[in-house]
Amino acid sequence: MAGSNKTNITPPRWLLAELTYKCPLQCPYCSNPLDYAKHSHEISTEDWKRVLSEARKMGAVQLGFSGGEPLTRQDLPELVQHARELGYYSNLITSGYGLTEAKIIELKEAGLDHIQVSIQASTQDLNDHIAGTESFHSKQEVARLVKKHGYPMVLCVVIHRENIHQMADILAMAEKLGADYLELANTQYYGWAHTNRDLLMPTQEQYQEAEKIAQDFKEKVAGKMKIYYVVPDFHEDRPKACMNGWGTTFLTIAPDGVALPCHSARELPGLDCPNVNDHSISDIWHESKAFNFFRGTEWMQEPCKSCDEKDKDFGGCRCQAYLLTGDMYKTDPVCSKSPDKHIITEAIESARQSALTGNEKPLIFRNSKNSKAY
Amino acid sequence: MSLNPEQKIQFSPMHRLQWEEAQQKDVILYPEGMVELNQSSAEILKLCDGTRNLDQLVADLEEKFATTGLKNDISGFLEVALGNGWIQQN
Ligand code: SF4
Ligand code: SF4
Repeated sequence: MAGSNKTNITPPRWLLAELTYKCPLQCPYCSNPLDYAKHSHEISTEDWKRVLSEARKMGAVQLGFSGGEPLTRQDLPELVQHARELGYYSNLITSGYGLTEAKIIELKEAGLDHIQVSIQASTQDLNDHIAGTESFHSKQEVARLVKKHGYPMVLCVVIHRENIHQMADILAMAEKLGADYLELANTQYYGWAHTNRDLLMPTQEQYQEAEKIAQDFKEKVAGKMKIYYVVPDFHEDRPKACMNGWGTTFLTIAPDGVALPCHSARELPGLDCPNVNDHSISDIWHESKAFNFFRGTEWMQEPCKSCDEKDKDFGGCRCQAYLLTGDMYKTDPVCSKSPDKHIITEAIESARQSALTGNEKPLIFRNSKNSKAY
Repeated sequence: MSLNPEQKIQFSPMHRLQWEEAQQKDVILYPEGMVELNQSSAEILKLCDGTRNLDQLVADLEEKFATTGLKNDISGFLEVALGNGWIQQN
């Protein structure tokens, strides 16, 4: 384990409350664990309130309610109100499915600051296919209502091979709906997306074309709409800066109360991620094995160990290193200095072949039946 | 987009300005983001409540800090704030 330097531990700023793994949709790129069906226990309203209070006291200020679909928790307005009283800025990250106008008003009154609605595509057919549920029209309606009730409106569209050709239409849709922010999230390949990678990963040419369209549009709407572009890391030379540094900024709490340094960390072996029912948030943050595991740079191997960029990207994503090489201490294979870079090149080539031959296996959708297979 | 010196200036309802005890700083909060402010920026933004235009804001701040010659700094910062959508005029 990484011997951390405990005097340098910064407080959490971001609390991600994954309220539930229940979800009416079945997106095949979901970042929830494949075996989420095994973790169906959910902590109580009182537990969540305590988590919120303790993390706020330490300095967390941004709060994301996510899931699964957080709207399936009946106590959401109560938790939102508690968060508001504590002074959080609270973000609801939702599929929009089942969000009525009455609920939007109730949440506003409870003190919710912002609603992020995900839309899967710019057309009904594709949206409903990817979501695995008929939901296109209700999502559009929700986007309008969010705006109508004075929330900043953030549209999130996850980009992959099945919708990347719609980039121009997606941008036009966001403009028409009056989005204040548009998040274009190129799929990150863990969880369900890892399983479906050959079917989801666009080719280099597709990325380049889509990015150009998005960049031109960004200039056109400057001052009206902000665009967050989550880069497709497989096609980069450097990995993403994992969580802004392990155990420095982000604290995720899973539906069953397990505290995670990153939303995928429960897939890493030997971390023994602690549960909020057994420890205080402060103990978890400062003392737990999981949160100290990759803190700092002591744990690194070469080439990261002697690399002058290690304070910039922290060696990249631990989950990706593990998923792709089987060794979570290794350099993220995305990095061009990684001896495992060929794994990325091969993955890109394999997805490309799958795209060209059109000889594709079906997508594996995220639902409890498929989850039970893991 | 640039600041109209005649018009009143208002903090954006799409953002939240608040004091953070843990950081001993004022911050601006918005969807999934945060900006930490230094003290002078925070003092300027706190007066952007829709009742003052640029000159009134400068006069009030100069009085508050018993000084003069702040206009350039203040209008420079407000231009940045406007560009970032933290304030608005209408
Ligand atoms: S070798 Fe490691 S630290 Fe250096 S750039 Fe690559 S991932 Fe980052
Ligand atoms: S380890 Fe990977 S998945 Fe986990 S937070 Fe870091 S970048 Fe994200």
